[in-house]
Amino acid sequence: MSEVLVLVDHVDGAVRKPTLELLTLARRIGDPVAVHLGAGSEAAAKTLAEYGAVKVLAADAPEFADYLVVPKVDALKAAYDAVSPSAVLVPSSSEGKEIAARLAVRIGSGIITDAVDLESGDEGPVASQSVFAAGFTTKSRVSKGTPVITVKPNSTAPEAAPAAGTVEQLSVSFGELAKGTKVVSRTPRESTGRPELTEAAIVVSGGRGVNGAENFHIIESLADSLGAAVGASRAAVDAGWYPHSNQVGQTGKTVSPQLYVATGISGAIQHRAGMQTSKTIVAINKDAEAPIFDLVDYGIVGDLFEVVPALTEEVKTRKG
Amino acid sequence: MSLRIVVCVKYVPDATGDRHFAEDLTTDRESVDGLLSELDEYAVEQALQIGEDADDAEITVLTVGPEDAKDALRKALSMGADKAVHVEDDDLHGTDALGTSAVLAKAIEKTGYDLVMCGMASTDGTMGVLPALLAERLGVPQVTLVSEVSVTDGKVNGRRDGDTATEQLEASLPAVVSVTDQSGEARYPSFKGIMAAKKKPVESLDLDDLDIEAEEVGLEGAWTKVDDATARPARTAGTIVKDEGEGGKQLAEYLAGQKFI
Ligand SMILES: Cc1cc2nc3c(=O)[nH]c(=O)nc-3n(C[C@H](O)[C@H](O)[C@H](O)COP(=O)(O)OP(=O)(O)OC[C@H]3O[C@@H](n4cnc5c(N)ncnc54)[C@H](O)[C@@H]3O)c2cc1C
Ligand SMILES: Nc1ncnc2c1ncn2[C@@H]1O[C@H](COP(=O)(O)O)[C@@H](O)[C@H]1O
Repeated sequence: MSEVLVLVDHVDGAVRKPTLELLTLARRIGDPVAVHLGAGSEAAAKTLAEYGAVKVLAADAPEFADYLVVPKVDALKAAYDAVSPSAVLVPSSSEGKEIAARLAVRIGSGIITDAVDLESGDEGPVASQSVFAAGFTTKSRVSKGTPVITVKPNSTAPEAAPAAGTVEQLSVSFGELAKGTKVVSRTPRESTGRPELTEAAIVVSGGRGVNGAENFHIIESLADSLGAAVGASRAAVDAGWYPHSNQVGQTGKTVSPQLYVATGISGAIQHRAGMQTSKTIVAINKDAEAPIFDLVDYGIVGDLFEVVPALTEEVKTRKG
Repeated sequence: MSLRIVVCVKYVPDATGDRHFAEDLTTDRESVDGLLSELDEYAVEQALQIGEDADDAEITVLTVGPEDAKDALRKALSMGADKAVHVEDDDLHGTDALGTSAVLAKAIEKTGYDLVMCGMASTDGTMGVLPALLAERLGVPQVTLVSEVSVTDGKVNGRRDGDTATEQLEASLPAVVSVTDQSGEARYPSFKGIMAAKKKPVESLDLDDLDIEAEEVGLEGAWTKVDDATARPARTAGTIVKDEGEGGKQLAEYLAGQKFI
């Protein structure tokens, strides 16, 4: 079978869940070969093998952290030259999309971004995308060159399928442009201890209705009682009540959890773009006419300051 | 010497309209009004601010798009850009990201530049890849997805708020920059700005002017193909309950029934 390159998203060798999803999807179209850039390849290889990587191409160099995007493009191109894959899959993070784009130019191939599903087809892999604020689903394929496809988190359930996962060193020579953009400093985001927004099974979001940073603890308490991630509308973020990294929507994160709870959010098209594909949607809003109610499986017309704390108590009681 | 800034702006169907696909599975531009992509207004705004801080700057707004895309250029001019370039050609219909980036790169080189500014993504395609594609094609550094940007002494600095960290970036000019919607509110065109825009030059270029063959672009030349587009089935109407004091309990009951608790 042909080989499919999968670029690994990891934190010092701890492989992030979307990569396991990519490996699972890659197996539908070929044999996954993982490309691990940076420290921790030995630790990562175990996980990658468990999810089907036949090989792990590893490279580590200070350039990957010290300069933006391009060193990783050089490395992925080296892996591409070494393997001659039938497709290249990259996680749909902002960095992932930029790496994929530049690779596509270099290898003269088409690119598809933000796939939510992938299957094999007569004319190469077929990617599903969710477009126009998730109003449409399209099926596309790359018609020139080797398909380069970026895949969104939560596109499939990761399935283990043990393979060899032999680690091989990838030799990379950095091009002239590699050191073009220097990362002068990096401040890691502090962990909240809550699940990652894009990976969480449940997301509880607050909007303008929360009416102040000091009230967001109400949303957080509900989230914690459900083991959920916390999201926010752009109105709440713009008001400075919650960090931008938690924004759900067109210019924030796209989430597709099992359960999405929208509180004090009207449901503008740009917000819907980021949450419309959630399995079950629940809303609490005091305005019965709010467009969010068009989306819900269950909605409460009421004051969130009454309903949310009562719900949190009830969840806690039921969970014991 | 004057700082030459080229701002790439896209004319897009209004996201609050009922957007859909045309017969050939390209974006239907007929049924919904178009406008300057809101996310590109942020790029125009930052370009204007960088221009104001520089001794001398010339800001060109550039679009690849149909006749109506002039509206987007006009809006950017009325915000304060100096001149506009419109790449327009019937053969461009259906061009994908790779093709658009090739056309933009040629037009940018023809215009001359020290700095290329883009939005974080177009509000219709929402790919967010054009800036990286341009940097690759132009062979210059990318300072992308920044929420803060400044230019001093031939260097561009920016703050990139990533998924796992915030990074401070630095690159030498020429460079490609993309700014997020966190970079600061875009100004509204003033009445004076709107009047002045009417007299500002808009240059039209076609594929010939850019030495691009028709086969390299358009639907036929695209590197990707859309085979199918299906409207998402409307969600089945849910249960909506008015809170009479028991709303929290009722919701908990529902969630328990769905096995979330
Ligand atoms: C280019 C662009 C990109 C955008 N990207 C995003 C994005 O990524 N994410 C996003 O969210 N938005 C985005 N927006 C903004 C979007 O259009 C809306 O402005 C925003 O989603 C509104 O947020 P909201 O629902 O919290 O506020 P509002 O629309 O003001 O709604 C607040 C809701 O809270 C309800 N409420 C008030 N008080 C209470 C109470 N006590 N109890 C219960 N309910 C209450 C009200 O009835 C109302 O429905 C974008 C806009 C543009 C132009
Ligand atoms: N047709 C176009 N003409 C000019 N600029 C464009 C065009 N398409 C995209 N851009 C620029 O590239 C950015 C990212 O677009 P995209 O990769 O399509 O999401 C936009 O915010 C614009 O600045």
